[in-house]
Amino acid sequence: MNKPLRRIAIFCGLLVLALLLRDNYVQYVQADGLRSDSNNRRVAIERYATPRGDIIVDGNPVTGAVKSKKNGIDDFEYKRTYKNGPMWAPVTGYASQAFDASQLEKLDDGILTGNDDRLFFRNTLDMLTGKKQQGGNVVTTLNAAAQKAAYQGLLSRGKGAVAAINPQTGAILALASTPSYDPSAFAGTSGSDEKAWNKLQKKNNPDDPMLNRALRETYPPGSTFKVVTAAAALENGLYTSADQHTDSPLPYILPGTTTELKNEGNIPCKNASMRIALRFSCNTVFGKIGADLRKEKMLTEAEKFGFNSEQLTPVRSNASVFPTKMDRPQTALSSIGQFETAATPLQMAMVASAVANNGTLMKPYMVDKLQAPNLDVISQTEPEKLSQPLSESNAQILQDMMETVVKQGTGTNAQIPNVTVGGKTGTAQHGVANSEKPYAWFISYAKLPDGSSPVAVAVVVEDGSANRDDISGGGLAAPIARDVMKAVIDSKK
Amino acid sequence: MSSSTNTPTHHTSTIGSIGAPSRRNTELALLVFAVVIPVFAYANVGLAIDDKVPAGLLSYGLGLGLLAGVAHLVVRKFAPYADPLLLPVATLLNGLGLVMIWRLDQSKLLQSIKQAGTAAPRQLMYTALGIALFVIVLIFLKDHRVLQRYTYISMVGALVLLLLPLVPGLGANIYGAKIWIHVGSFSIQPGEFAKIVLAIFFAGYLMVKRDALALASRRFMGLYLPRGRDLGPILVVWFISILILVFETDLGTSLLFFGMFIIMLYVATERTSWIVFGLLMSAAGAVGVATFETHVQQRVQAWLDPMHEFMQSRQGVPGHTEQSMQALWAFGSGGTLGTGWGQGHSELIRFAANSDFILASFGEEMGLAGIMAILVLYGLIVERGIRTALAARDPFGKLLAVGLSGGFALQVFVVAGGVMGLIPLTGMTMPFVAYGGSSVIANWALMGILIRISDTARRPAPAPAPSPDAEMTQVVRP
Repeated sequence: MNKPLRRIAIFCGLLVLALLLRDNYVQYVQADGLRSDSNNRRVAIERYATPRGDIIVDGNPVTGAVKSKKNGIDDFEYKRTYKNGPMWAPVTGYASQAFDASQLEKLDDGILTGNDDRLFFRNTLDMLTGKKQQGGNVVTTLNAAAQKAAYQGLLSRGKGAVAAINPQTGAILALASTPSYDPSAFAGTSGSDEKAWNKLQKKNNPDDPMLNRALRETYPPGSTFKVVTAAAALENGLYTSADQHTDSPLPYILPGTTTELKNEGNIPCKNASMRIALRFSCNTVFGKIGADLRKEKMLTEAEKFGFNSEQLTPVRSNASVFPTKMDRPQTALSSIGQFETAATPLQMAMVASAVANNGTLMKPYMVDKLQAPNLDVISQTEPEKLSQPLSESNAQILQDMMETVVKQGTGTNAQIPNVTVGGKTGTAQHGVANSEKPYAWFISYAKLPDGSSPVAVAVVVEDGSANRDDISGGGLAAPIARDVMKAVIDSKK
Repeated sequence: MSSSTNTPTHHTSTIGSIGAPSRRNTELALLVFAVVIPVFAYANVGLAIDDKVPAGLLSYGLGLGLLAGVAHLVVRKFAPYADPLLLPVATLLNGLGLVMIWRLDQSKLLQSIKQAGTAAPRQLMYTALGIALFVIVLIFLKDHRVLQRYTYISMVGALVLLLLPLVPGLGANIYGAKIWIHVGSFSIQPGEFAKIVLAIFFAGYLMVKRDALALASRRFMGLYLPRGRDLGPILVVWFISILILVFETDLGTSLLFFGMFIIMLYVATERTSWIVFGLLMSAAGAVGVATFETHVQQRVQAWLDPMHEFMQSRQGVPGHTEQSMQALWAFGSGGTLGTGWGQGHSELIRFAANSDFILASFGEEMGLAGIMAILVLYGLIVERGIRTALAARDPFGKLLAVGLSGGFALQVFVVAGGVMGLIPLTGMTMPFVAYGGSSVIANWALMGILIRISDTARRPAPAPAPSPDAEMTQVVRP
């Protein structure tokens, strides 16, 4: 009976061997995938096991953490809190125990939880010295005063968004969106958190408060796009100065059609110079410029300003749209910000900033640096040039024109004493046969007496409640832009 | 080294006269390790969870040490030649299991769903009962061959045990398997005890019938077909195991019994054809049952796609469980070295974290390294058991030893393989480490029988009685 016994011994050995092999497969080969599986609750437990690091604005955290354990059953130790949550939500995003995370909270999760590989060495040291793991901080470029001005201004108007940039560096100074939401409301796992979350979802709330309008919503830019068209005219030598008369008729019939392009009101647009045309916002002049330049040249210029590509700030913005397929009349319409042209507020702030920065467009960013728990800098964002949509001289011509708009044109509401402000209004009609209430736009920049330009801003107001006739970029959006620019300038002093 | 090395050598005998060393001191030294390692683990859990050495460390250490000490003394006295590895390995596994169960007791989540909190003290009590049974086996079972007399009583006993859960009012359907019976406030899994009793029946029956099964057969297509009347019992056992599978929805036990029987049959008859028959029949049975038993189909589907099973369970579709996926996540999160005692989140597996899925709890906190160590410990028990079978001098002892250790190996394979996703999950418990009274008590009894057989096998043959012929010759000598 010993021969079969030996075989049984081998058989049993093989059973154990099979288990050992399977174990190696699960715990070694598959381990990483299983460990980081988003359904694996340990991922979330880990995220909230220590107080998250903070998102910092102007040296002050806009986030916080509280112990969330009530009776110990909850396996998440800490809960995220937000100061002024609705105001900062477009910047921070949210970190919810039940609903994952978004934006900076998600993108820099590793730093905030302290699990990032760049913190590995430090964590190992801490482990050896018995210190508990801590999260690092995300230091933003935002300006608290500007953000407040932007948010308050929007709140008084209803729906809308603001993006403000430092033209010289590309640092984002304000990023506001209304209606907004308080990420604290659903940071936990309780029933009230779930209720709050459900109430904010687009399907339950037509206002879509969780949409980050400053980065993720594209609006028809309306007349503010004329700045891009003017830049294209100058860059391509169609016109070489602000005051050169343009060869534009009134009325202007779109080429190859019988459609007449109309202006808003009775304004002096016939053969007007670009300065006058921008000041009065002549559709005929800029429509003809677009049609004269043709699609390719307009497209090249628009893309130099950043159209048709996403911006990573590091939060991803939607790509603004300048159509790539269109005929001449459509090109004319696109050049005054109609047809399929659509832009995010960030994109239009980039347009203003490139003009203000003498033609150089800087890459927009909102994370200045990442800090280790002991405040050592792990990574620092260096300003980066994105493109050169305009030559320096052409940029100054365009500045001159935009400053006229604020001095004596449609943008007088943006004036700031002792500060040179350049801007452009826009009132974008949309909807079928322009049936819906138009969006009020304003893009602008401020220039200090020393010639430096600390801020460029874009404001869009989708004011459903205003009387249709009252809606204009100059009336609704310019005051907000002025307050934001003023806040930035005042905080510099 | 023991003092009883090289016992009688002054006579000649046909059976092994060179006595094996008793190895009792080796066993004692190993037992010290088997107690000290869990005590350290216990301290480790306390430090990880509460930042302090647990208050019960001394009493736990003394408790485990005392149980191990009593078991050792009884072995020293009543089975001095027993295999020295079996007791320490079983003690170590049992001790580690106790620590893990205690660690899961600390989980607030498991406490909140009333699945933990007091499991460890109860498991310690079951361990004490188990070791008591171990001691009783060693004291009262002087020779394992006595069990041979109870062959048919064992058969009846095993069938009664197996069918008890089907008795209305006595059985209980817990989590989809009817394998428990309630006696007072206790629930017992008779299958665990039936495993031992059935092995005794198989060993007794096969010892008597093995010649008939091996030789009285016709050759057909390269296979030896046995006669119908010899084939009868295997068909009966096969049928019963299928019945268990169908009525108690207990895949594991039926697989275990059938596998155990095939192993013993193969050893008894030395005919490979039995294995072929066994495999064919179990395949036929499995396919047959799977076609109309939805429970079995679900298990197979859950094994093929645990993630889908998890999602179904999350959406509240009845009949699904997220445990398999949770167990895999626990294993994966443990990785190579594990999170360390007390620092994992095995409570996410919920109520079975300390019983059916305790291996996943180990996998998370002790990692690949720990699981491999545990599997090797099980491998050691099995191989020492088969070695005992090799050393045993009587066919009954050989068959019983191989049946018990082969069954043990199958159980470990079925449970660990199920938890790790190697095979469909069957819902049996890991011997010694898992929470559960029946399992611990029955396995200690099993260990007692194995130790008894190994003692008999390794015991030096008694000096033969003085031959009357030799004396006569002496008298006649001038």
